[in-house]
Amino acid sequence: MDTHIQMEERLWDYIDGRGTPVERSSIETLLAENMEWQRKYKELLNIHQMMQEVELDAPSMRFSKNVMEEIARLQVAPATKTYINKNIIRGIGAFFLAMIGGFLLFCLGQFKWSGSGSGPSSTFLPRYDLDIDTKMKTFNWGRIFNSAYTSIFVLVLVILGLVMLDMYLGNRKKQTA
Amino acid sequence: MLHTGLTDIELINKILQGNQALFAQLVERYQSYVFTLVLRFTDSREDAEEISQDIFVKTYRSLADFRGESKFSTWLYTIVRTSCITFLRKKKLDITSIDNERTYLQLENQESGFKADTVEQKSRHTMVSQAIRLLSPDDAQLITLFYKGEQSLEEIGRVMRLEPNTVKVKLHRARHRLKEKMEKYFSHEVREIQGN
Repeated sequence: MDTHIQMEERLWDYIDGRGTPVERSSIETLLAENMEWQRKYKELLNIHQMMQEVELDAPSMRFSKNVMEEIARLQVAPATKTYINKNIIRGIGAFFLAMIGGFLLFCLGQFKWSGSGSGPSSTFLPRYDLDIDTKMKTFNWGRIFNSAYTSIFVLVLVILGLVMLDMYLGNRKKQTA
Repeated sequence: MLHTGLTDIELINKILQGNQALFAQLVERYQSYVFTLVLRFTDSREDAEEISQDIFVKTYRSLADFRGESKFSTWLYTIVRTSCITFLRKKKLDITSIDNERTYLQLENQESGFKADTVEQKSRHTMVSQAIRLLSPDDAQLITLFYKGEQSLEEIGRVMRLEPNTVKVKLHRARHRLKEKMEKYFSHEVREIQGN
């Protein structure tokens, strides 16, 4: 069965004009000598020709008119690249990077880097306190969200957001002018 | 399929400069191509016509996005494909399964019709067209793109986001399934053709 499928695949490649000259030449030899290959080739070539001859379906006579009537009240929209400013995309990227960076810094700050393990490796490696579930429940979130660092971080994000909004509105104004 | 005169790129440039009427030439050039591809997704000619019309409106609106890096027909097919998938999602049809309910229903409805026809009534073209309609939308579109859309495996791969080799394998399988459908439902005609 596999050989049969392989034969078909090789023949389709041959019919489509693909394959290396060596491969094509080997198929030509097979076609000249082998009756089974000849029969299959004729069968596939028939299908190939029929598919080439198939006519496309045509829509109704009024189709073109309908489309033109529909677009008569429309205009071509400006190309996407003209209204998508790369600086805005970069700004959004910077915003998310700042968020991720801030979160990572916060997480790293929660690790206990000095350990008191008994094994030899513990003297070189930090001991991670990974009892996150209990930590999350007992953690004093108010301390973080009231801290000066968080306020500065939020302030930077708000300023960044306002700068991006200003750039976006400025670009829109330029386009409409 | 293509008219003589201005090339697609020349037409598009003129349309973008404000000559809207020239869009009619693009529509006439590609209406059958688009309509046939849409018909591979839906059996209803009314639906196909409505979707095709919508596709050309979308094409006109986003014409400025065509950068000329690929053939216009390749770019147009990306709109055809997304529009058809959106349509099918709305209709909640399964487009991935080959032997889906729709296909079985189609087979049951058409089988009696096929057998009642005589060889003389049925041209080779009609037989192949009907056999293509029995395939899954993906197989049918692939065959139409390759044979009627004059798209290379690389171009089809770019639109479908597949490697050309994967497209080649899919095309082989689609043709194999088409052959099976023809042998199953048009065995008499296939024997006649092969006998010639």
